Amino acid sequence: MSVLIFVDQLDGHIKKASHEALTYGAKIAEQIGETAEAVVLGNTNEDLASLGQHGVKKVHHVQAEGLNQFDSQVYTKVLVQVAEQTGAKVIIFSNNSSGKALAPRVAVRLKAGLVAGATALPDTSNGFVVRKNVFSGKAIANVAIKSEIKVISLNVNAFTISQGEGTAEVVPFNATVDTAKTNVTGTSKTSGKVALTEADIVVSAGRGLKGPENWGMVEELADTLGAALACSRPVADAHWRPHNEHVGQTGIAVAPNLYIAIGISGAIQHLAGVNRSKTIVVINKDAEAPFFKAADYGIVGDAFDVVPKLTAAVQKLKGK
Amino acid sequence: MKILVCISKTPDTTAKIAFTDNNTKFAEAGVQWIINPYDEWYALVRAIELKEADPSTVIHLVTVGGTDAEPIIRKALALGGDEAIRINTQPLESYQVAAEIAAVAKDYDLILVGKETIDYNGGAVGGMLAELLDLPFVANATNFQLAGTTATIKREIEGGEETIECPLPVVVSCQKGVAEARIPNMRGIMAARTKPLKVVEPAATEPLTEYRKFQLPPAKAGVKLVSPDNVDELVRLLHEEARAI
Ligand SMILES: Cc1cc2nc3c(=O)[nH]c(=O)nc-3n(C[C@H](O)[C@H](O)[C@H](O)COP(=O)(O)OP(=O)(O)OC[C@H]3O[C@@H](n4cnc5c(N)ncnc54)[C@H](O)[C@@H]3O)c2cc1C
Repeated sequence: MSVLIFVDQLDGHIKKASHEALTYGAKIAEQIGETAEAVVLGNTNEDLASLGQHGVKKVHHVQAEGLNQFDSQVYTKVLVQVAEQTGAKVIIFSNNSSGKALAPRVAVRLKAGLVAGATALPDTSNGFVVRKNVFSGKAIANVAIKSEIKVISLNVNAFTISQGEGTAEVVPFNATVDTAKTNVTGTSKTSGKVALTEADIVVSAGRGLKGPENWGMVEELADTLGAALACSRPVADAHWRPHNEHVGQTGIAVAPNLYIAIGISGAIQHLAGVNRSKTIVVINKDAEAPFFKAADYGIVGDAFDVVPKLTAAVQKLKGK
Repeated sequence: MKILVCISKTPDTTAKIAFTDNNTKFAEAGVQWIINPYDEWYALVRAIELKEADPSTVIHLVTVGGTDAEPIIRKALALGGDEAIRINTQPLESYQVAAEIAAVAKDYDLILVGKETIDYNGGAVGGMLAELLDLPFVANATNFQLAGTTATIKREIEGGEETIECPLPVVVSCQKGVAEARIPNMRGIMAARTKPLKVVEPAATEPLTEYRKFQLPPAKAGVKLVSPDNVDELVRLLHEEARAI
C-alpha cells in the first residue's frame, strides 16, 4: 500500500511545486505508516532516483509517446492504473495547472473524496481531516475525507521542501495509454521572467503607477529580486499589463514568501488573492490606504521616489 | 449547438466572513449573494458571445441549490441563456455537485464552468463532471475559440500558456481572458421572467467529503512603517527579520 505522489513536469523538468508535493506525500506516508511512491509520466531530463531525497522509496516511470503532451483524460487513465497496482490509499497532486485538471478526474475514477488546495498535513487523530483555505483566503476549513481512498491537491508554496539523504528505486511501469482527443498545438511564455504562481517573490503594481510607460522601474525591481510581476485588476482591464498578471479575487491567487504592492489601494477583492503571502510590503503615498492594515512592512511615500531607491538598496545588499 | 453553463451562488466579494454553530457553518445573516464571478464574467459571458456569433446556439444554465438559489439563476438568465435547470438540493461539496449536474448534462456540445467558486475555492466540479461524462477537460482557460466543431483553447500553465485543439464536446473551466466584461440590460431582465426555469429533484449523491470546522486566519501583528528616506532599513528588515530576501 502506498501514498502515491504525481510528479509534474514542464519540458522534461520537474516543477518546484512537485518537490513540495513529494515532501508532503512522504510526510503523510510516515504519519500513516505507508510507503511513499512517486509517479512520473513521459520523458524526463531528471535523475528520478534523486527524488529519494524527499523520502520517496519508489518512482514509477511510465514512458510512452502519448504521455509527452498533457491530456487530462489520458493521464487520468494511466494514473488510475498505477494507483490500483500500488494499492494507493492517498494520492497527492500539486494544486497547479496539471493538478487542477487531474485531481478531480482521478478522484472520481477511484470514488475518492478530494480536498483541493490543502495547506497542511492531514490530522489523522479522528478520521482524515485536511486543512484548506476557503473564502479566498479569508478563512480556513477543516475538511474530512470519508472515502477509503483519499485525493489531496497541495497548494503551491504551502509546504516547505525538505531534502535529506536517500535514493529511490526507479521502476518502469507498463500502462495502457489511450490516444488523446486533445492536441497541444503551441505554448507561449508570458511577459515575466519568473512564473507568477511558482514565484518566491512577487512585485505587484496598481493604478498608482499612472500608466503602462512607468512599469520600467517595477520590472527593474522584480529583476533585481528575481521576482515575478503582478498587477491589480484595473491595470489589466486597461491593458496596461497582460491579463495573466492580474491577481486577486477574480484573477490569479498567489501565496509567495514576499509580496510587494506598489500603488495598490488594497481593496478587499485584491487582498483575497494575495492575503496568504508570508510577508507583505506596501508602498503607497496614502497613509490611509487599506492595504497597510494587511501589510507587515510599509512605506508611506511616492512610488516614483521609493521604488528606484528600493532597487538600489537591494542591489547593495546583493553586492552588485 | 447546445451549451450548458454551470452557475453557483456565492457571497458577495465584500461579505463579512464569519461562522456560527460552533464554527461549523458560514454565517449567512446579512450576506448579499451574487453569481460566482468566474461563472458569470467568463463562462456565461463567453456562452453569450458564442450565441451572438451563431444565433442558433442554445444556452442552458444549471445550478445545484434550494429555492434560495432562484434569484441567482434568474439573474443569470437575465444576462443571457434560454432556459435554466435548478437541481433541488443544497450543494455540499464538489463531488456531490458534479454528480448531480452530470445527471442532467448528457446532451451538450460544450459545458462551461468558472475556474472555481470564490467561497469554497475547490475548482474541482469541472474536472469531475468531465470524468463522469467521459469528456475532455481543459482547466483554467484564458481563451476559447470555436470553428465548426473544433475548439481552440488556451490554458494557463506555469509561466505561460498552452494552446490546445479539441473536438466538441468538451468541458472547459474559464478564467480571465475568456470573455469581455458586460452588464445585463433592462430588456434581458424583463425577458428573464418568462424564461423557463425547470426544477428537477436530485439524484441524491452521497458526498465524499465533509466540511467539519472553520476558523479565521491568525491576525497580522500590524504594519511596521519605514521612512521613504530610509529604504535601506526596509531591505535590512526584509533580509534579517522576515528572511524574505
Ligand atoms: C467582484 C469584484 C472583483 C474584483 N476582483 C479584483 C481582483 O481580482 N483584483 C484586483 O486587484 N481588484 C479586483 N477588483 C477591484 C477592486 O475592488 C479595486 O477596484 C482594485 O483592486 C483597485 O486597484 P488599484 O489598487 O490598482 O487602484 P486604486 O484603488 O485606484 O488605487 C491606487 C492606489 O495607488 C496609490 N497611489 C497613487 N499614486 C501613487 C504614487 N505616486 N505612489 C504610491 N502610491 C500611489 C493611491 O493612494 C491608491 O491607494 C474587483 C472588484 C469587484 C467588484
